[in-house]
Amino acid sequence: MMPLGDILPEITVIVTAVAILLFATFAPQRLQWIGAPIALCGLGCAAFLCGLQIGSERLTFTGSWALDAASIWGRLLILGATAFVVVMSPDWFERDRRHGEYYAILLFSALGAMAMAGAADMLQLVIGALLSSATGYVLAAYHRDWALSVEAGMKFFLIGALANTSLMLGAIMMVGMLGDTGFTGMSAALASGKPSPVLLLGTVLVMVGLSYKLGAAPAHAWMPDVAEGAPAPSAAFLTVVPKIGAAIMLARLVSLFPLDTAAIRPLVAALALITMTIGNLAALWQDDLRRMLGWSSVSQSGYALMAISVVGLSPAAMPALIIFLLGYSTANLATFAAITHLRGRTDRADFSGLVSSRPLEAIAIIIGLLSLVGIPPLIGFVGKLELFLATIEGGYTWLAVAAVANTVASLFYYLRFIAPMVFAKSSSVPATLGAWSGAAMVSGPIAIVLLGLLVNVILAPLIGTELLPS
Amino acid sequence: MLTLSILLPLITSLALAVRSAWSETMARLIAMAGAGLSLLMLVIVWMGFDTGADAPPFQAVGELQWIPALGVAWRVGVDGMALAISLMSGLLFLCALAWPADYKGRARQYYAWFLFLQGVSLGLFLTLDLLVFYVFFDLSLVGMYFLIGRWGHGDAEYAALKFFIYTLAGSLAILLAILGLVLANDTLTFDMRELIAAQPLQGVDVRSSLVLLGFLVGFAIKTPLVPFHTWLPLAHVEAPGPASAILAGVLLKMGTYGIVRIPFSMMRETFAAYALPLAIVALMSILWGAIVALGQTNLKRRIAYTSVNHMGYTVLGIAAAGAAIGGDAARTLALNGAITEMVAHGLITGALFLMAGSFWQRTGTYELSAYGGLARVAPKLMIGFFLAAFASFGLPALAGFVAEFQIFAGTFAIYPWLAAIGLIGILITAALFLSMLQKIFFGDLVDQRQGFADLNRTEVGFLALLLVLVVLIGIYPGWLLTMIETGSAFLPLQGTEG
Repeated sequence: MMPLGDILPEITVIVTAVAILLFATFAPQRLQWIGAPIALCGLGCAAFLCGLQIGSERLTFTGSWALDAASIWGRLLILGATAFVVVMSPDWFERDRRHGEYYAILLFSALGAMAMAGAADMLQLVIGALLSSATGYVLAAYHRDWALSVEAGMKFFLIGALANTSLMLGAIMMVGMLGDTGFTGMSAALASGKPSPVLLLGTVLVMVGLSYKLGAAPAHAWMPDVAEGAPAPSAAFLTVVPKIGAAIMLARLVSLFPLDTAAIRPLVAALALITMTIGNLAALWQDDLRRMLGWSSVSQSGYALMAISVVGLSPAAMPALIIFLLGYSTANLATFAAITHLRGRTDRADFSGLVSSRPLEAIAIIIGLLSLVGIPPLIGFVGKLELFLATIEGGYTWLAVAAVANTVASLFYYLRFIAPMVFAKSSSVPATLGAWSGAAMVSGPIAIVLLGLLVNVILAPLIGTELLPS
Repeated sequence: MLTLSILLPLITSLALAVRSAWSETMARLIAMAGAGLSLLMLVIVWMGFDTGADAPPFQAVGELQWIPALGVAWRVGVDGMALAISLMSGLLFLCALAWPADYKGRARQYYAWFLFLQGVSLGLFLTLDLLVFYVFFDLSLVGMYFLIGRWGHGDAEYAALKFFIYTLAGSLAILLAILGLVLANDTLTFDMRELIAAQPLQGVDVRSSLVLLGFLVGFAIKTPLVPFHTWLPLAHVEAPGPASAILAGVLLKMGTYGIVRIPFSMMRETFAAYALPLAIVALMSILWGAIVALGQTNLKRRIAYTSVNHMGYTVLGIAAAGAAIGGDAARTLALNGAITEMVAHGLITGALFLMAGSFWQRTGTYELSAYGGLARVAPKLMIGFFLAAFASFGLPALAGFVAEFQIFAGTFAIYPWLAAIGLIGILITAALFLSMLQKIFFGDLVDQRQGFADLNRTEVGFLALLLVLVVLIGIYPGWLLTMIETGSAFLPLQGTEG
């Protein structure tokens, strides 16, 4: 008897997605938006079921699916982020002929990310990554007749094809050398013997594959194009949700390696440094808000890698990763929600004087950006604080110092967008979308502030929990 | 009570930000009420403040959990140093808020940002939690950034950006140091009282040295000490007058207050080992600030550089007190002088910058060469400016003298040579203030200044409030010194030396 109860959240998401697909096939254009409330109901049920799992720490489905704090909170985060994107979407796609299907694809993509967050098996990992990628291409290129969107989708696809090949090759090598697809068996094999060069090559290839989902170096190049060209809700989704799944996945993979064999953690630390620096340097002089956010997302992936590099070295690593992802997701989504509500405007000059012409939208963007910098007491600050705490405790103080330098640099490009909004004169009142996107736009900054003040609710259950299997 | 004095300005600020219906006069009244009530709360705490010999290290303590998983909580409480500085800050905020400035048609938002800044500044001085301290430290940057950028003049955006980036770099250095310090402790807590009692990092190994360096660099940027001072003149010149007063009077104190509260109290051994280099840096600031100030032709730049000089005295006093040499009496004297200097500098330089703001309001220039002979048209301004300037270079019977006398008297016993060289700084500041006074108020009245208006009634009232205190501290400093010496900051000096 399969323990189906353990994957009820995932089943709920699939059923909802199928239901939406059927509904969208038969509903007339003016009723397509009903896909959004259906998706929200499904996501709500899934989140509730997922919430019931809080506290469990075990492997299930013969060791291929992990139910630990990272998996549960990561999937809750994915569900929450997806629900937020759903709320952003109805107004944006109102006149799109394939409006209803969008929600189904969102849910399938979220499912891929959830599969990555919970995977404790190499094959499961590959399936999750592929599901998340395949749906991602569609989301990025959803505006088929708009060149920028198609370009974003194309770039996403080409880099994705390469990265996923690397992921599968690496997975085959790792499984072949360790003699097991399950993480428990792999972990035991790693602990017993000295790793062979083929195994290390395989690990590096898997990391390259995951870096694509994560938006980290070396496979980060799609990030700015997708952020700029994809439909704004898709951009919000693709810069956030796959990253959550991939980060938890990579952390679990790193946790398999014993501390003394194979310098896997220093490698991750180096990737973290490279990623955050590249992202920041490229973001410095961007004149396009969405493109800047894309590059800043790259640098934020670098910060997330900091926590992964001290997995096993510091008990704070896992809580730091989850809280940081929470902070990053909330801030990035809130900023994109405001951009969506402003009909996707993105040129720096177009934001001049936004504080006087559209105060709510401007405040949402400003709070979002300041949270990305890590200004207290916003949730982004708690995330960065935990990251620094974990890296210093894990003995990577130099990485924390590098992250501080990068944070200072990042303040510069965020302020480059905030300053004209506040200090310049506005020329006209920009048009906005409707009630749905407005609701997303308003709830974003509220979430950033409230989560920062009430973070203990999430942080306390995370303290002291470990990544399975260990 | 302390929590209330932090929250009142913040709530008023929020109300001002969202209520667009209020007229300018109404907004002004509400803002004044918010700032005034907050000051009143502090005064009530002051009334109940126990200055006896066996007073507890912190009084009026309150605590509320925030992130118990990390040992972070909303903790407030005061010792004499915190109380003295926050009282001074509350008063200065009230005066700066009331001082007429160019609101650029956005008076309501201007008041809102000012009150926000008041709330976070008081929060920083009153909190007993390291992380909350850092939170307020960062928020003060945000508040100041918008005040300078929006209501400043000239290249205000650039000045605001430079200020924000510079000081954020400093504050992040402090964050890393805080984490290093907290992680060295056995239990994860950000409670200052526990950390002071535990002294988690001892000795002079690489780790404690790096943590100390993080703190000192971070606070040195904020203070600012040479060579980290380059953001200061620019920010001062472009900021509106009252914002300059707050920047100099309150925000700079965060640096020196932080040095005393954190490294000085929580890592005594390590701090003592590095006290001499710190004292030398302070001496450089004293001399460099004074000499560069002498060369300035811009009124505000000149005052700004004297701030570098004065904060140098403060740090010199702190370093001398932190060095584990010399008798208790000398060290107490030096620390008391340093803290008195913080209060005195806040009042005096605050007053000077407010008056500088009045110059700008009337003429739109800070160039000294644009003035002359104002004694004839603006006698009230002249009296105020003379008094503040005299106090600034330490004329006896004014507040600056009390502070500097104690610092030098204490330092002479510990670092005699440094103190002797430092005295040159006082000579130079005297020269530069006298030449500035002469240039502005004496000589022939420049033609285009014929219509220069004297201080109006509001300005005279609030200026008098500040200057009366300057004189009062100068002739009868006992009440202030007793208050400062009470409580936590002076604990390390008791019983460590025979």
